[in-house]
Amino acid sequence: MKYSAFTLAREALRGQSGWQPAWVKAKPRDAYDAVIVGGGGHGLATAYYLAKTHGLTRVAVLEKGWIGGGNTGRNTTVIRSNYFYPESVALYDLALRLYEGLSRELNYNIMLSQRGMLIAAHTPAQMEICNRIANAMQLNGVDGRLMEADEAADKVPLANQGARVRYKLMGGIWQGRAGVARHDAVAWGYARAASALGVDIIEGCEVSDIRIEAGRVSGIETNLGPIRTDRLGLAAAGATPGLAAKVGVRLPIHTYALQAFVSEPVKPILDTVLLYLGTGTYLSQSDKGELVIGGGLDRVPTHGQHGNLPAQEQVLSGLLEMFPSFGQLKLLRQWGGVVDVVPDSSPILGPAGPKGLYLNCGWGTGGFKAIPAGGTLLAHMLATGAHHPISKPFDLDRFRTGRLIDEAAGSGIAH
Amino acid sequence: MQTFPCPFCGPRDETEFHFAVEADHPRPENAPSDLEWAAYLYAVDAPQGPAREIWLHIPCGEYFVMSRNTRTRDVTASEALR
Repeated sequence: MKYSAFTLAREALRGQSGWQPAWVKAKPRDAYDAVIVGGGGHGLATAYYLAKTHGLTRVAVLEKGWIGGGNTGRNTTVIRSNYFYPESVALYDLALRLYEGLSRELNYNIMLSQRGMLIAAHTPAQMEICNRIANAMQLNGVDGRLMEADEAADKVPLANQGARVRYKLMGGIWQGRAGVARHDAVAWGYARAASALGVDIIEGCEVSDIRIEAGRVSGIETNLGPIRTDRLGLAAAGATPGLAAKVGVRLPIHTYALQAFVSEPVKPILDTVLLYLGTGTYLSQSDKGELVIGGGLDRVPTHGQHGNLPAQEQVLSGLLEMFPSFGQLKLLRQWGGVVDVVPDSSPILGPAGPKGLYLNCGWGTGGFKAIPAGGTLLAHMLATGAHHPISKPFDLDRFRTGRLIDEAAGSGIAH
Repeated sequence: MQTFPCPFCGPRDETEFHFAVEADHPRPENAPSDLEWAAYLYAVDAPQGPAREIWLHIPCGEYFVMSRNTRTRDVTASEALR
């Protein structure tokens, strides 16, 4: 069923009786041409592009919980491409460009709002870093620019700018195409579009083992029975190391909790995404008026989807440094997701272990913004058996060759 | 707020500690290949459940082995490295 103004009006007139479920809840078949483990944004996008771009429709997405219930539904919904290295900008700007056309492509409103993002600097040294990243973005053909203090202060009029403020806003990096999107809608939109093309989306299906024959993936064991396939994509974030270990592949991935917070709804006060380099705290305001707040990682490796108090204290004290007027604001919700952090803060995309096995993991704290690109690239590898030019630099082999893509140093990612 | 046990200072606030590395990853002997050396430098197990990790207690400057559960965050043991 195509969504349109016409179908909305028709259903309004006939009591909303004609809506169909957006996707089919499938049961696993015996065999597939390709199986993707992980029903988050990356896994669902991979299935969609396999069917749409490569014509592979005997495809299954396996999700141990419910689709979009992991980090896809737990992030702060920010989309941007303000990275330092050409390889990263190629990757994240591919995602941003695909996001820009995604509502139309999927016939599903992902509520993309390109309200711009300000990375704010408060010391001369931070301002120099901003200048360097802005220059790198322009060299890479992306729309970032350095913003001076006056213009930056106009963007966030409520920010702490009083005479007694300890650190004055000096300016920062502005990316006008950055913004936010509705995270659940990204998962649901890809699921609906993939399902319509014949992909099986199977929830409550946990992979317990990976079978290999003659050096090639031959199938998987799940709680819903065995499934044969000779092409397997892993897009399971923090659960990926455990899956890869079943075929003897060890990954450079630590798992940490990353927390986010939502406040009570308030009147419109912030119409951009704002990040303070000095504290790592960032926020945006949702359409409902809630402030969506994020920050750095918990510093304790974990697989539990909940955060600890010291990280909360750090993020929220950073928030009050930005906006002292939020001291009376109540938080409605707080939650944590398990993120897969790689030493160079760049993802791992490529083959690993037995033939037919491909990874899409290591996105750390920034996977949501990359979903359309991660899906495009994993689908390309599963369909063709070879790297896409954009995924090649992110191969696991970079840890052997030493060609790391260190965005922790390059763009100041806070882990 | 969680407390972690330092083998030298006793139970202290978690903010005093820094995770260093997973324990029990021995240095490869003889002449390792590039792949073996990269695995030694970078590969981790990130186990779900019981784990043995090397932590630093920042105030006293000692590294030690802490056994914890990575799902529940329960600490089961803490021992000096030497």
